[in-house]
Amino acid sequence: MKLSKTFDKALWVFHMNSGSCNACDIEIVAAITPRYDAERFGIKLVGSPRHADVLLFTGPVTKKMKDRILRVYEQTPDPKVVMIIGNCGSTTGVYYDSYAIEGPIDSLLPDDAHVLYVNGCPVRPENIINGVKEAWLYLEKIRGDDK
Amino acid sequence: MNLEELIISLFYVLIIPFIGIFLGLLYKGFDRKITAMMQSRIGPPWRQPFRDIRKLFMKETIIPDGAVPWLFNAAPVIALIAPLIALAYLPIGPLGPIMEGFGDLILILYLLAIPAVAMAVGGLSSGSPYATVGAQRELVLMMSYEFPLAIAAVTIAWRFETFSLGVISSTPVWWLVGPVGTLGLILVALALFTVLPGELSRVPFDQAEAETELAEGLFVEYSGRNLGLFYLAEAVKMVVVGTLMIALFFPQNLTNWVTIGGPEIFGIIIGDLVGNVAFFLLKLLAVIFVSVSVVRVAVARFQIDKASYFYWVPMTLIGLLGTLLVWIEGVIL
Repeated sequence: MKLSKTFDKALWVFHMNSGSCNACDIEIVAAITPRYDAERFGIKLVGSPRHADVLLFTGPVTKKMKDRILRVYEQTPDPKVVMIIGNCGSTTGVYYDSYAIEGPIDSLLPDDAHVLYVNGCPVRPENIINGVKEAWLYLEKIRGDDK
Repeated sequence: MNLEELIISLFYVLIIPFIGIFLGLLYKGFDRKITAMMQSRIGPPWRQPFRDIRKLFMKETIIPDGAVPWLFNAAPVIALIAPLIALAYLPIGPLGPIMEGFGDLILILYLLAIPAVAMAVGGLSSGSPYATVGAQRELVLMMSYEFPLAIAAVTIAWRFETFSLGVISSTPVWWLVGPVGTLGLILVALALFTVLPGELSRVPFDQAEAETELAEGLFVEYSGRNLGLFYLAEAVKMVVVGTLMIALFFPQNLTNWVTIGGPEIFGIIIGDLVGNVAFFLLKLLAVIFVSVSVVRVAVARFQIDKASYFYWVPMTLIGLLGTLLVWIEGVIL
């Protein structure tokens, strides 16, 4: 079936900690609390990457997590978008040049991955919801490719 | 059965699945909206389940390497078909069971067991340890809630001396019993109400697909179309179980109290029919609200052994006590 606009309003997200300090993870949980209520946009936190449309990765990638990140990415059915939550994921942040770090997430993912960045240390819940809006723009771009 | 009846039955059987799926998704949306409102959230719009389904059918369907492909793919289809068949044997509002005479309450109980078994088979065949644990939990839970369910069905059937749902739903059972029997029926209805969340794998009985401990349990390896079919199966099951509850305990029609009238076509008064259908939909919403939405908001998940204990001991005893009271009134008093 062709990717239609319905897809945007039913994004299921899978959250994975790739070695972060846990602050961004708590902010993700804050985004689904009654105060921010991400579910009103159809966003649902799911427990399995097989169900996910959006992968939320937090943190710089530690050596141990590199293979797991790639495996979770491959386990997710297409079409998918990767959202990097927090400064660590996009630049390795305060862990820059650490011996235990493999590098920012986007340097490890395949070239054709659709990656978008949500910055902050930690990210505010408003910014995460704003990031989902950016994911919609990305999906529009994917739809444009299909035509 | 003459040709005309056959054509009408065929027509019904062809449209009933679509009505079942539509109602199931609609009520799932209402359930999510109402739950959100009770948690002082805005919540997704009521049409969110329709979007979810469309999205799931757009996604890639992955069959894992460790899975048994034919079982893995067959399980969601079986899980969806069984409740859709059950819908044809259930009285839907003012309409009697379409397949009346071909199957009764016993058949419904078996058809209700099939989706749980199909889900367990799908989980076991997907080759993931999470799904295996989920499947075992689902089977344990199924063995637990079947007993109170059977007690409720047998009590009603014993009072009517038939298993035919057409007969059972033609008269509310409350009209046949006195005060002691009414007390008994309330207890039996309570036991059946607690079965509904278990049957639908909803909180507090969602151990089989507990996303926090088992990463969605049974469905951990399912994606795309297969997951969508399970989603539909769950939605239709909600309608089937709600309709069964209504047929057993609350089969009253609006026309029992008021008549609307209106033009008459083929011996059916349109106003009354519309009123009865609307009343049935309201009753279904009320049953789902009480047994799924309120319970889901109010209670957290049980541990699997406690859920099993809950059905085997307190609910079975309450159900048996209710049956005993109905029996005492029928035989002794």
